[in-house]
Amino acid sequence: MYGRLPIVKMLLATIAMTVVISAVMVSINWDGQEASTAAPKIDDLLNVMIVLSSFVFSLVMVMLFYALYKFKAKPGDESDGEPIHGNTRLEIAWTVIPTIIVLFGAGYSWKVLDEIESPEKGALTVDVFSQQYAWSFAYPGKGYVWKEGEFHVPVNRQIVFKMHAQDVIHSFWVPEWRIKKDNVPGITTTAYVTPDKVGTYQLVCTELCGFGHATMRAKVVVESPSKFEKWVEGLEQKAPPELMESVTQGTETNPVGLGAGGA
Amino acid sequence: MVAAIKKPGWTRGILGAIAFGAFGFGLVVALRAISDLPIFQTEQTGYPHIVVPAITAPLGFLAGFGCFDYWLRWAAGLPTIPDDHSQHGAKSWKDYFHFNTDHKVIGIQYICTTFFFFFVGGLMAMLIRAELAQPGTQIVDAATYNSLFSTHAVLMIFVFVIPVFAGIANYVLPLMIGAPDMAFPRLNALSFWMLPLAGLLFIGSFLCPGGAFDAGWTGYAPLSTGAPLGQSFFNLGVQFAGASSIATALNFLVTIITMRAPGMTFWRMPLLVWANLSTSLLVVAATPFIAGVQFMVLFDRALHTNFFDFAAGGDVISYQHIFWFYSHPAVYIMMLPGFGIISEVISTHARKPIFGYRLMALALIGIVVLSYSVWAHHMFVAGMFSWLRVPMMITTLLIAVPTGIKIFSWLGTLYFGKIHTYSTAMLFALAFIVTFTIGGISGVMLGMVPIDIHVSDTYFIVAHIHFVLFGGSVFTIFAGIYHWFPKMTGRMYDEKLGRVHFWGTLIGTWGTFVPMHWVGMDGMPRRVADYAEQFGNWNLLISCFAFMLGAIQLVFLYNMVVSWRYGPRAEGNPWRANSIEWQVSSPPPIFNFDEIPRVVGGPYEFGVPGAKHAIMAGEGAEVPAGEPSVVGTS
Repeated sequence: MYGRLPIVKMLLATIAMTVVISAVMVSINWDGQEASTAAPKIDDLLNVMIVLSSFVFSLVMVMLFYALYKFKAKPGDESDGEPIHGNTRLEIAWTVIPTIIVLFGAGYSWKVLDEIESPEKGALTVDVFSQQYAWSFAYPGKGYVWKEGEFHVPVNRQIVFKMHAQDVIHSFWVPEWRIKKDNVPGITTTAYVTPDKVGTYQLVCTELCGFGHATMRAKVVVESPSKFEKWVEGLEQKAPPELMESVTQGTETNPVGLGAGGA
Repeated sequence: MVAAIKKPGWTRGILGAIAFGAFGFGLVVALRAISDLPIFQTEQTGYPHIVVPAITAPLGFLAGFGCFDYWLRWAAGLPTIPDDHSQHGAKSWKDYFHFNTDHKVIGIQYICTTFFFFFVGGLMAMLIRAELAQPGTQIVDAATYNSLFSTHAVLMIFVFVIPVFAGIANYVLPLMIGAPDMAFPRLNALSFWMLPLAGLLFIGSFLCPGGAFDAGWTGYAPLSTGAPLGQSFFNLGVQFAGASSIATALNFLVTIITMRAPGMTFWRMPLLVWANLSTSLLVVAATPFIAGVQFMVLFDRALHTNFFDFAAGGDVISYQHIFWFYSHPAVYIMMLPGFGIISEVISTHARKPIFGYRLMALALIGIVVLSYSVWAHHMFVAGMFSWLRVPMMITTLLIAVPTGIKIFSWLGTLYFGKIHTYSTAMLFALAFIVTFTIGGISGVMLGMVPIDIHVSDTYFIVAHIHFVLFGGSVFTIFAGIYHWFPKMTGRMYDEKLGRVHFWGTLIGTWGTFVPMHWVGMDGMPRRVADYAEQFGNWNLLISCFAFMLGAIQLVFLYNMVVSWRYGPRAEGNPWRANSIEWQVSSPPPIFNFDEIPRVVGGPYEFGVPGAKHAIMAGEGAEVPAGEPSVVGTS
């Protein structure tokens, strides 16, 4: 035998380090304000992953620094280490345990994904039009009344966004909602959001679309249903015909079952 | 003068470039004149009178420079000039500027060329960080900014990280397996000389009307199909870099499979050889996809093929599928050779056999196989078929398993060893384990669809990619350069300066890229010249660390240049390593070995009594006493 490692102490150190790192990391609200029903679910998933990742990171750090502390060569020591070529049980362990962890993560993510994308009854559909470098929005339920640079939605009701791009790819992101989807020329893409906090937010373009990309923003207002109705009644313009062409385009990449049911 | 024109070399190369360029230009002008078209088509995606010469002139240079001489003479039935090897080796720095078929010369040509592009790309990163230090636009306008980050990424990926590994392996690998050279030395030289041409096309695009390509290194259609002329230079540069890469990979495959010294079975190969075998398998099968998709973009631009033109029935998203089918394996192309380097460095400096050698090799193969099945995780929000996301998520998360095996095996190698940290190579190898773990963790998070929906295309991605490519690949590159510097130059580098470089790089990397995770999650999109006020302070901090990180690389440059010239002479085996390249002089003899070594055991038999990896010429037939250990003998 080559001597024993203080396995229990190393494990305790790893757990202690995990607790400290996770406590700090989980207490910080990394993703910013939560303003949709999806946001807390995604943030919970993130926090679970932070705890698991803190464990993996702590394990690596404890293993590394214990080795450096314990097995650093003395000055002038030119001898070799112990000729250990491996340990099959250990190797199986660090193949199987990470597999279980990532499969758990995959299952959990799948569940969250299904939850945040499940269509609800009574959803409101909004058409999103993007072009270099402007956003505009139409409400099919209201005869396609149309507004550029700003849109309003009612709080606590699912919104189905039907997204269209006129020139290059753009991407629709409201950080507080945690929802992002590319707007792709030639097809219609769909995203589901249920905003649950009244407020004013910013819609950010996150797909490089040219020199105006950084400033391609729009205003998002989440308000009470009555205020929303009033605002939408006040809209007078209809979506221009060239934009309406993309509403009728056939291709839809979200097959029914994982998506497009609710509209 | 006439002699200079007849002889392969720079004069003939430049004349060849001019002649072929003129031919391409004339062809376009003539054909357009015959067809009654306006002679010069200068819509922004067109410019055939520039695009065609941009293809023919580099080929003319290669022909003039002598890359095809032997083959052309043979094909024409002329007496071929047998290679008398008189040009092998390099006596002065000038010898590196000639067509040379010696793998050691080519290796150094690769490394120096790629580091030139590393510093050019780094300078661009400094400009980018200067612009981002404050919200608003101060230094460059938004269009130039887009060109800068696109060119930065392309230089770093296509003409630094991928080929520098080919350079290190070019030098080290034939020595390691006991071969006198690569299998195809002339192809090897051709592969190298295509590389500076690719770099010149990328940088040259700054001279184009409309500026350098600005659609990102990803060049998504239809932004790229409608972009100004510079984009065509990107499309073409990728062809030269890609062809170089594929030819080198074929060369490595044939070399590794057919030219191993007697006794070197696959399970006695050092892990660097395994790593390059795996990388080459990825390159030969994946790289044709990016070459193809860039041709499709070029054809859409110049020939109106409409692959990605949605108005003409093209499919926009298919660009991303083809692109990532290469570009995801590409991240392993940029990482696996580094894994090999780390295995060599850690085993040598911990004086321990690699822990779980066979599983380490199998993990590489596992990564190769899995890496072909994860590409669409770059497209979770792209609007592709939504059911494709879950299987791609599962494979993406599973690829963390073989990667984890490698991390734990390196850590296991340290245990019960005699760890020496005097070498800068070892410092970079140990730091790599930590930074790469962070990059791996954020990679697992990105693999999860709901998290990815929030953070994709934000600074979180920028942070992740730099943690794996800078904290990962570039750290392994530094480890490799420091480790084999004595072998390549015959001189020792200055360890004190190496330590300054190491600590500066480590602190700079963490300081620059850790806060990027935070601003990304908090809402800062990537690829923007301007951003919201709330991210101002963090970005200023990031920029300060980035400038420090940039400046500290000059210490590395100084150390390398001065040590190469004035450093103390290196012994053959300064690190007391086992693999074959260390058993010859530093630098190695011109033809590597007087007599091909015989391999009699595994490469990492530190501490095994009487074990030997290889028997070199002159050591006679003494067979090691006793059976060397279990692993690596079958």
